[in-house]
Amino acid sequence: MAFTIEINGTKRSVDVDGDTPLLWVLRDVLGMTGTKFGCGMALCGACTVHLDGSAVRSCITSIDSIGESRITTIEAIAATPSGEHIQKAWLDHQVPQCGYCQSGQIMSAAALLNEKSKPSDAEIDDAMSGNICRCGTYVRIRNAIKAASQAQGKRG
Amino acid sequence: MVKTFSASSSRLSRRQFLVNSAAAGGSLVLGFSLPVDGSAAAAAETFSPNAFIRVSGDGQVTLIMPYVEMGQGTYTSIPMLIAEELEVELGQIRLEHAPPDEKLYYNPLLGVQATGNSNAMRGAWKPLREAGAAARLMLIEAAAKRWGVAASSCHAKAGKVIHSSGKTLSYGELVGGAARLTPPKAISLKTPDRFTLIGTSAKRLDLPGKVNGTALFGIDARPSGLKIATLAQSPVPGGRVKRVDDTAAKAIKGVRQIVRLDDAVAVVADHMGAAKKGLDALKIEWDDGPHAALTSEEVYRQLEQAVQGRGAVAQDVGDAEKALASAAVRVTASYRLPFLAHATMEPMNCTAHFHDGVCELWLGTQAIARVQAAAAKTAGVPLEKVTVHNNLIGGGFGRRLETDGAVRAVQVAMQVDGPVKLIWTREEDIQHDLYRPSWVDRIEAGLDRDGRPLAWINRFAGSSVVARWLPPGFKDGIDPDSVDGAIDLSYAIPNVHVEYARVEPPGIQTGFWRSVGPSHNVFVTESFVDELAAAAKRDPLAYRRDLLAHNPKTRAVLDLAAEKSGWGTPLPQRWGRGVSLQKAFGSLLVQVAEVEVATDGSVRVHRVVCAMDCGTVINPDTVEAQIQSGVMFGVTAALYGEITLKNGRVEQGNFDTYQMLRINEAPAIEVHLVSSTEPPGGMGEAGTSGIVPAIANAVFAATGKRLRQLPIDPALLKT
Repeated sequence: MAFTIEINGTKRSVDVDGDTPLLWVLRDVLGMTGTKFGCGMALCGACTVHLDGSAVRSCITSIDSIGESRITTIEAIAATPSGEHIQKAWLDHQVPQCGYCQSGQIMSAAALLNEKSKPSDAEIDDAMSGNICRCGTYVRIRNAIKAASQAQGKRG
Repeated sequence: MVKTFSASSSRLSRRQFLVNSAAAGGSLVLGFSLPVDGSAAAAAETFSPNAFIRVSGDGQVTLIMPYVEMGQGTYTSIPMLIAEELEVELGQIRLEHAPPDEKLYYNPLLGVQATGNSNAMRGAWKPLREAGAAARLMLIEAAAKRWGVAASSCHAKAGKVIHSSGKTLSYGELVGGAARLTPPKAISLKTPDRFTLIGTSAKRLDLPGKVNGTALFGIDARPSGLKIATLAQSPVPGGRVKRVDDTAAKAIKGVRQIVRLDDAVAVVADHMGAAKKGLDALKIEWDDGPHAALTSEEVYRQLEQAVQGRGAVAQDVGDAEKALASAAVRVTASYRLPFLAHATMEPMNCTAHFHDGVCELWLGTQAIARVQAAAAKTAGVPLEKVTVHNNLIGGGFGRRLETDGAVRAVQVAMQVDGPVKLIWTREEDIQHDLYRPSWVDRIEAGLDRDGRPLAWINRFAGSSVVARWLPPGFKDGIDPDSVDGAIDLSYAIPNVHVEYARVEPPGIQTGFWRSVGPSHNVFVTESFVDELAAAAKRDPLAYRRDLLAHNPKTRAVLDLAAEKSGWGTPLPQRWGRGVSLQKAFGSLLVQVAEVEVATDGSVRVHRVVCAMDCGTVINPDTVEAQIQSGVMFGVTAALYGEITLKNGRVEQGNFDTYQMLRINEAPAIEVHLVSSTEPPGGMGEAGTSGIVPAIANAVFAATGKRLRQLPIDPALLKT
C-alpha cells in the first residue's frame, strides 16, 4: 500500500505494508542511513527520530500510524535550534566513540531541549535512559546536554 | 571503489562529496572514489613512500589506516603519530581504510592484520612515526635538490618545505621529485620535548560525521540493486534445519526469496521490515543435534572438575605447597565467571555480492584480511577474487575479530542474484555470539603471622580463545591471554604456583571480549588479595601498598588513586570503597569504586577514581574517554552480564534480558594520569577488567559480603 509521509520537510511516497516500521522505510526504502537499528523493540533508542518534535522509536513506529505528523531525522536535526546546539556540544565535548548509537542519543537530547530548556540532572537521566551506549559515553552526554542547554538559553 | 571519509574540507573533497551525494539519490552518503590500484597511483603525480602515506600533486595528504576505528580514537591517534613527523596539520589530511593485505598492514604485536588487544598504539608507535619522518626527509631532499641548497638548510612545517632564506614549496609541488628518491636508511625521531601534536587533546577526526548521520558503518552499505536479508540460525549449536514451511513467508509483500542453508534459513526481501516479517512467518523444524541438553550447570560442572585436577603450569616460583603447609593462616576461595556476549550496538551484518566467480563484501571488521580469507574459502574462489570494503565499526570489543558474519553473508549471497545485506536481529546477535569464556578458579594462599602472603596457589579452568583464533599462540597448554593477570603479579609473594586447564565448553565457541583474560584474572586475583587483607585484618589499600615496597612505579599509581579518591574518609551506611590494581596491556591502572548497596540488595556505583600510568599519552582526551568507556563496560558486566544455557539454547535475547548499563545508572568517573616518557601502553580494555573487582571489593566494604561469582546477585546482599 502507498503512503505519503513528510520527512525533513519533504513529502515522500513509499509502497510498503502498513505495519512496516518507519526505521526500515528510512534506511532501506529511502536510503537515509543516519537512523540506526539496534534492537527492534524500542529497548535501545538507536533508531530515535522526531515526530512533530518529540522523540519516538522508529523501529516500533509503523508507517500507517504517522499520518500528517512531521518526521525529523538526524540528517536534518542541525536545522532545528535545539539540534544545532546539541550537535555543537557533542563535538565540543567529544562525545561519540564508535558513534553508532549517537544519532539516537542526539535525537533524544534535542527532543529533551525542545520540551525543557533547562533540564535537571534527573530530567536528563529520565529522557536519556532509553538510549543505550555500549561505549559508555554517558558522562560526556550529560555534560554536553548541560552545555547545549546553557548555549541555547544564552541565545534564546 | 574504496569507501572512505575525509578529515579535511578541501575543495577536492567537497566536490567529490557532492558528486557522490548526487549519485546516491540525494541521501547523505559520505563516500569518496579514489584510484587505489598501483597503476592509477603511479600514473598520476603521486608520492607514496610507504603503505601509509600518499601525497598527490594537488597537495592532498591521504593516510591509509592500518588499524580500524571502532570508537577507540585510532583514526585520530594514528594520524597524530604520522602527522607529528610528516609535519602536516591534522586538518590537511584525509583518511582511508586499509584494504586486506597481511604484508603491508599487519599488526607487529599480533603478526596478523587485526586491531585488538589494546595494542594499536604500541604497535604503531615507532614504525608509523618513522613512516612520517621518512616521507618528510624525502620531501625536504626533493626541495633542496630543486633549489640547489643543502637539505640541512631546509625544514618542513604544515605541509610545506621552508628554506632558511624564507622560500617555500608545498608538498604537492614536490611529489614528482620526492617519488624518485630512495627512502632514507637512518631516521631519527623527534624527542618528546619537540612534540607539537603528540600529547595534545586533538579533536577526533571521525566525529563530525558521527553527529550528523553521515558516518558510514558496515550496515550502511548500499550498493546498487541491494536486497536485505535476515536469518534464523540453529538455536542449538551444531543443530541442522530439518524442515521449512515458507508458504506464509513467501506471501508477504516485499519478500523475494527464502535461502535454506544446512544450519540456518534466511529471508531475502526489499527491506528489513519485510525480511523480519517473513522470518517470523517461517515455520522451521530443527534437528537440535548433540548439544540439545546442554545447560550452564553442565559447563560449570566440567570446569569445577578440571580445577580439581592438574593443569599446565603457567608460573612456578619457590615451593608454594611447602610454604602453604607452614603458613600461620590459610585462605581458600572458589570463583566463577559467566559467558558474556559482546552486544555491539551495530548488530552483526555484512553485505555480499557474489557473481562471475568474484565476491565483493562491505562490512566493519577488526580483521579484514581474515574476512577476505574466510569469504574466499566459503565462496570457493581464490583470495584475489574477494574484495572487502571496510567501514567504521559500530562497536567491536572483539566481536568483529570474527568472520562468522561475513561467512553467513557469502553463503546467502551465493544463492541470490545481486548484492544482499544480511542483518542479524538483536536476538540472533546475542544468541549466536562467540562468548567471553566462562571460568572457574580455585585459589589458596598462606599468610605468615603478620598476615603477609607466603604462598599463592591458583588453579583455573576455561576456554582458550587464542587456541582457536591464533593456534600458534597456544603452546604447552598455555596461551598468553588466558594467564594474563594471573601470573607475574605486582605484589611481593615469595612462593607462587599457577595452573591453567584448557576446557572447551561443548558446542559453544568463545571469543575475545574487551580485556578477555584480564577480565577474568584481575577479578579473581584482586578480589582474593582483598580477601587476604581481610584475613590479615588490614586495610585493603594499605595491605597492597606494603606488598609493593619493591615496586615504586606501581606504588606511585596506588598512592595517586588513594589521594584522589579520598581513601579512608567516612562514607554513609551501606556505602563502601573498593580498590583494584592491574598491570595489563602495557599499562598500570588503579581504580577505586565507591558503591552503595540498597536494602533490597541492588548495587549502585556512584563514583570511580582511576589512576593510570600508560606511558606516553598520545591524546589525553582519548585516554580519558577510553577509561570512561572501559569502566561503563565493566560496570555492565558486574551488575548484569550473564549468558546462560538451557536445552542447548541461550536464554537471553534482547536488551530486556541481556541488560546494558544506562545513563541513570552511570557513575561519575575521574581519570588521573601519571606523566611519563616511556613508550605508550594500551588503553582500550584496561578500564573494564579493573573496575569489576573494585566494585566487588567495595560491596564487601559496604556489607561484609564477599562476591565470588558474577554478575552480582542482589539477593545475596539484601538486609
